[in-house]
Amino acid sequence: MKHVVWKAYWDFEKEEKWLNEMSSKGMALTDYSWCRYVFTETPNNDYIYRLELLEHVPSHAESVAYIRFLEESGIECVATYWRWIFLRKKSSEGPFDIYSDIESKINHYRRVSTFLGTIGLINLFAFLLNIINGIVSSFRYNSSYLTYISPLVCINGIFGVCLTWLVIGYLRKIFKLKKEKQLHE
Amino acid sequence: MPESQERGALTEAVFYILLSLYKPLHGYGIMQNVKELSKQRVNLGAGTLYGAINTLLEKNWIKSINVEKDSRKKEYEITDLGKEIISGEIVRLEELVENGKKITGGEF
Repeated sequence: MKHVVWKAYWDFEKEEKWLNEMSSKGMALTDYSWCRYVFTETPNNDYIYRLELLEHVPSHAESVAYIRFLEESGIECVATYWRWIFLRKKSSEGPFDIYSDIESKINHYRRVSTFLGTIGLINLFAFLLNIINGIVSSFRYNSSYLTYISPLVCINGIFGVCLTWLVIGYLRKIFKLKKEKQLHE
Repeated sequence: MPESQERGALTEAVFYILLSLYKPLHGYGIMQNVKELSKQRVNLGAGTLYGAINTLLEKNWIKSINVEKDSRKKEYEITDLGKEIISGEIVRLEELVENGKKITGGEF
């Protein structure tokens, strides 16, 4: 039986946690596209899920080689989206983490921060540009400023602020990991 | 001026990967071997292992070897340079253990 759930996540770690909660209830993710999660019924806790942001798009030769390497290690890539890959491993095979060292964890957070930060900045920039344009236009045509503010612009603003907030959270995690690295590997 | 002989410590992952490759192994084999060697303590993440293998290949501490054509799995083996690195690291680790035991009196 297939189940489709529509849901949106800002934070990949929360998304990962949710997917694992679903898996513990016997709902295993088998496909993903824009906010659309497809689950297949499986025994409870059959799989552990992890999300990873690749350096290149999944069709890039380096990504293909990496995904093949993962598959040889018993890790299945169930879906790809942009540069994101959705991975799972049978929980009977023990704990599953993509990265076991601090350095790679830091690199992954950096990659995610750059990715989301870029989208966030573009949105903030679009938002500010529109606001400035609105103010200029309201002076020029002597009408209310609000006439020139479309709801779309507000969405830009909200996206920008949320993504920036998220990136700040990741940067904090990177900072913590760096401190940890001074003591441990 | 002679070049400084001082080398940084190897990470635990690199040390165990190099040790595993005294006999040829593919990626998954390395993960299993490291787990076994460390009595389940070190569980290499596949992403970490992949990154380490590529760096070790670049440094020429390990090499990939040809296996049967129908097999897509790549196998790796330690190089002479890699063995030198391991020997140097063992000397360094022995110093740590020796000093540690000397000062704590071996009571831990």
